[in-house]
Amino acid sequence: MTKNRSKPRPAVPAALDKCPTGIRGLDEITGGGLPRGRPSLICGNAGCGKTIIGMEFLVHGALDYGEPGVFLSFEEGIGELEKNFASLGFDLRGLVAGRKIAVDHVYIERSEIEETGEYDLDGLFIRLGYAIDSIGAKRVVLDTIEALFSGFTNTAILRAELRRLFRWLKDKGVTAVITGERGDQMLTRHGLEEYVADCVILLDLRVQEQIATRRLRVIKYRGTTHGADEYPFLIDERGISILPITSLGLNHEASTLRVSTGVARLDTMLGGSGLYRGSAVLVSGTAGSGKSSLAAKFVEAACQRGERCLYFAFEESPRQIIRNMASIGCNLETWQRKGLLRFHASRPSLYGLEMHLVTMHKLIVQFDPQIVAIDPISNLTAVGSGYEAKSMLTRLIDFLKTRQITTLMTDLTRATTSVETSSEEISSLVDTWLCLRDMEHQGERNRGLHILKSRGMPHSNQVREFLMSERGIDLVDVYLGSGGMVTGTARLAQEALDRAHALENEQALAQKRRQYERKRALLEANIAAMRREFEADTEDLEQAMADSSLRLDTLAAERGAIARSRKADLPAAVRKPGRASTKSAG
Amino acid sequence: MTANRKPRRPPAPAAVESPAKKWLLKLYVAGLGIKSTTAFANLKKICEEHLAGEYEIEVIDLVERPALARGDQILAVPTLVRKLPAPIRKIIGDLSNTERVLVGLDIKPVVP
Repeated sequence: MTKNRSKPRPAVPAALDKCPTGIRGLDEITGGGLPRGRPSLICGNAGCGKTIIGMEFLVHGALDYGEPGVFLSFEEGIGELEKNFASLGFDLRGLVAGRKIAVDHVYIERSEIEETGEYDLDGLFIRLGYAIDSIGAKRVVLDTIEALFSGFTNTAILRAELRRLFRWLKDKGVTAVITGERGDQMLTRHGLEEYVADCVILLDLRVQEQIATRRLRVIKYRGTTHGADEYPFLIDERGISILPITSLGLNHEASTLRVSTGVARLDTMLGGSGLYRGSAVLVSGTAGSGKSSLAAKFVEAACQRGERCLYFAFEESPRQIIRNMASIGCNLETWQRKGLLRFHASRPSLYGLEMHLVTMHKLIVQFDPQIVAIDPISNLTAVGSGYEAKSMLTRLIDFLKTRQITTLMTDLTRATTSVETSSEEISSLVDTWLCLRDMEHQGERNRGLHILKSRGMPHSNQVREFLMSERGIDLVDVYLGSGGMVTGTARLAQEALDRAHALENEQALAQKRRQYERKRALLEANIAAMRREFEADTEDLEQAMADSSLRLDTLAAERGAIARSRKADLPAAVRKPGRASTKSAG
Repeated sequence: MTANRKPRRPPAPAAVESPAKKWLLKLYVAGLGIKSTTAFANLKKICEEHLAGEYEIEVIDLVERPALARGDQILAVPTLVRKLPAPIRKIIGDLSNTERVLVGLDIKPVVP
């Protein structure tokens, strides 16, 4: 595939006026629409969507571009046409009543027609001309003019008349769409491309491995460049969507804003503030490792911030996701009801990769979300080959990045292969890659999470244990001990052991402290006792001293008394008593 | 043009007869080209020969009355439509091949 995309118009002077079809994507491929005032041929097998392109061309012309149109149907009656239009949400009867569209059903019954001699198709010209003039039509659809070949045997006349018809349409200045059935050798069964040389679009419906994909290719567009690739397209209740999704190139914005992953600890691991807005995140892991739960948390957090989220579920139904995620405390239903969260669930095998891309593209444009979750992408790879899947995802991620949508994709990896290798096809596309893995140890499995890469931010290199409970998701440090990394029960056991150790330590310490306290108390008691003894001694001493002095006084007094009685000489009281005399006081 | 033709019709013996004809034929043409006139002449000749007195021909010029082309599903001109007797039959072309016209109109040569 080449890269030229949406409007590959070089500086062509305004030589070719284009008539917008209003069909999503087709105007981009053709650089503005079909050649104005000329007939364009749309060919393809039955069931390719030729008639719908014609119908949309007319309706958009009438409603959006103010150009009334004529639908000349050679196959379906007016009643059938009304139903067909209604299936795309267009009210044909109303459009006809409003003189925006004129419908004429040309009915050819071969069996009731006899040909004799010369004739021409002036009747058709007159009818068409009358219809065009009656509403001032600018657009004409002839669906499928090849039916004429079954109505008339004289092909020489018919071919001449067709040539004249297309010239006449050009002279009328109407932009015409002519549909034609695909032929074996030629583009159309009767070689209409011979007459309509300005613009030829080929529709194709291919079935590959039971999956049908419609594709469109502009084979020829005289006087202008155009997207040359095959573009897958989709027909749904809103008509045709053609998406010229080739690689968009690498020129998208890079935001510095951060968004939370919904798991606080994970944000911490991602440089403290989570993911970059507009980045692509891959969560890969084996079955049951919690990928969807992580996606649900991410989506819930975004909804809580008031952002719109689009959840592509390729494995479970929305109801199932809502029920399952409620078990980890994630109430997605509320957000779905509030219109912030939209699910799109489909089986990957429902249609081809291109079609998935187109569908996703369309939904994203419609819903304009800030967050997209794809759960899981591995199922998509099962639909196509590795290369196709990578090409599709590249284009999807490019598209999401241009719209600054943060994307979370989950990827189921097989337990037998290494997580890193099985996702390598897309690893280069993602900015942040989270690995969830099972850790089996001592007869149990536990979940672990680590960040394999995260561009542009410092991120933790640690493996964390990934715990899910009714309170949500928690990331816990794994136990790193002498026996290596342990998780789960082993971690709990180890933690209990640690706690026991700690308690033991504490107890021992407490005992020591008590011993010390006791010692100190004893010491203090001793000190107190000694002090008391000393105090007693001091007291004794003082008492003795006091006694002694008293005794001396008494002695002196007595001596004085004796002296007096003896009539001895004074002053006897002045003389101090001898030391020996104090003993009597003890 | 229809106006031109109409005066030419009364002389035909069929047209003068009763208004309820067994054969009601409509000839759709576009303008007064050679094909139109040839067709009308051929038709009149055949009718005179085979349906004398029992037919009525209405010529419709689509150039003047384009809205009428739709009703009888006219694409090619000239187209002869046998409205009566039912069912409707159509013959396109200038009616130069009398045999085919007779087959197409389902006319058995009347041998009284």
